[in-house]
Amino acid sequence: MLPIIFIMPILQILILSNAATFDIKKIKMAYVDHDKSTFSRELISKFQASPYFVVTADFPASKLGLDAIQQGKAAVLLEIPTDFEKDLIKDKESSLSIQVNAINGAIAGIENSYVNQIIQKFNTNIRAKLMPVVPFGKGLKQVVVKPSFWYNQNLDYKIYMVPGIIVLLITMVTFFLSGMNIVREKEIGTLEQINVTPIKKYQFIIGKLFPFWVIGIFLLFLGMNIGRIAFNVPIVGNPAVILLFASIYILVFLGFGFFISNFTETQQQAMFIAWFFVVIFILMSGLFTPIESMPSWAQKITEYNPIRYFIEVIRMVMLKGSGFKDVLPQLTRIIIFSIVMNTLAVVSYKKVN
Amino acid sequence: MNNIIQVKNLTKQYGDFFAVNKISFEVKKGEIFGFLGANGAGKTTAMKMLIGVSKPTSGDANVAGFDVFKNPEKIKKSIGYMSQKFALYDDLTVNENITFFGGIYGLTRKVIKQKTKALLQYLEIENLGKTLVGSLPLGIKQKLAFSIALIHEPKIVFLDEPTGGVDPITRRQFWEMIYEKAHQGTTIFVTTHYMDEAEYCDRVSIMVSGKIEALDTPKKLKEIYKVDSMNEVFLKLARG
Repeated sequence: MLPIIFIMPILQILILSNAATFDIKKIKMAYVDHDKSTFSRELISKFQASPYFVVTADFPASKLGLDAIQQGKAAVLLEIPTDFEKDLIKDKESSLSIQVNAINGAIAGIENSYVNQIIQKFNTNIRAKLMPVVPFGKGLKQVVVKPSFWYNQNLDYKIYMVPGIIVLLITMVTFFLSGMNIVREKEIGTLEQINVTPIKKYQFIIGKLFPFWVIGIFLLFLGMNIGRIAFNVPIVGNPAVILLFASIYILVFLGFGFFISNFTETQQQAMFIAWFFVVIFILMSGLFTPIESMPSWAQKITEYNPIRYFIEVIRMVMLKGSGFKDVLPQLTRIIIFSIVMNTLAVVSYKKVN
Repeated sequence: MNNIIQVKNLTKQYGDFFAVNKISFEVKKGEIFGFLGANGAGKTTAMKMLIGVSKPTSGDANVAGFDVFKNPEKIKKSIGYMSQKFALYDDLTVNENITFFGGIYGLTRKVIKQKTKALLQYLEIENLGKTLVGSLPLGIKQKLAFSIALIHEPKIVFLDEPTGGVDPITRRQFWEMIYEKAHQGTTIFVTTHYMDEAEYCDRVSIMVSGKIEALDTPKKLKEIYKVDSMNEVFLKLARG
């Protein structure tokens, strides 16, 4: 069991951090070129040169291109009309058609914006070519936006994901272990033996949960170091703040696990209930999807989600360098949660029934 | 006070069902008290009330001088318990199990060390101290569980079908251990399905659907029901 507890998380961090990415690259693109002109070829070559697109095929007719989208062979279809070049030269304007597979709306939006960026660039180049003789100072002036990205300059998705995945691991391991463990003793019969001894409730609970707390803290160290070594995730803030937060956070889930095991008779039941909560907590934690874009009722629910607070805190401290005072609101919440959960756990554990 | 267990009208009710229905009896100090009954007759429920893990619905019971309603935790200090489900930790070694249960009963490290040595010697398993309990044969496990149930020298030890699934030789040895303990003044409260074991008891009670139908020495019971063995007494009663 012990090797599983430790090897599983390492694999999860290494694999999940690479897989759970919203970076969209290598978009499969097909085109239909009715024009077959210098301009149309130049436009297509821009797509070919971009790291975001893989131009997979060109089709003689738009029907075939649409079929390719239907079959999943292409995500984006660009259609260049006949007389594209001619119109551009004559009327200084022309139109293009772009079809995007929008099953995943968010991805489709990003793909569309990438396509537009490339076309914009092409546009500017063409203009320069078509209106070569503009007197100095009278050329088209453009507003140029130069963004500067804070805390994660290279927009590396892993830097954003790794801290969240560490939280996930600590949560799952400590929650499941505590939930399973006491139920397991019920199944084996040792709990009955324990109940016949004069052991005090708090002694039993501390004795049962403390090892899992140690495992949780150890996983935190392990996760942060893997993040640092394997993914270059910085630890800008003071790790002690994370440690403080984690040591209370783990108590919440240990208490919760214990609470569940008091009401279940078998490990299957406990596992099922624990999964139910974990799935909700994870999907509503802001790990994958921003809480700000959830409907307001869902945002209200996330206020009772402990995972949410730890993910906020670990990202704040590791990436932004937030200090103790910045995480105080989250810390207060988590302290309340841990008191409530553990009180419930102690009260519901009955040596006499 | 000579009666170490005193039970009066003890009842456990689940809805309309009386698992234990107004049972009354006494157990004397140092006695081997056999608690018999068919499966589902209510033995285990009755026993659980006496050891303080199940709250009686009504009635009175006093175990080792403490009331089961008021002081279940104090009772637990003065009793040992070994259940039909084997209840040592399989994934701990023999020594670790002894240390763990000794610790729960508040024995000091020094005492635990002495006890461990004596216990391993007594069971003739000196070389098995570092063996996982899970890998021991059932017979040794049961004897070990019995010894550990006695580690804190309780006044009474409750045995819930202690010899289930054990071979006759081990069963014999097990009963020798029980006798030895009884001679030293420990009260033994034992449930069993083996009627030859019932013959070893000082007194025997037989439960039938939640009530105690008979309670006397094995010899007297056989006389009353005019049969030759406890087996026949049991069959006569249990069949109604």
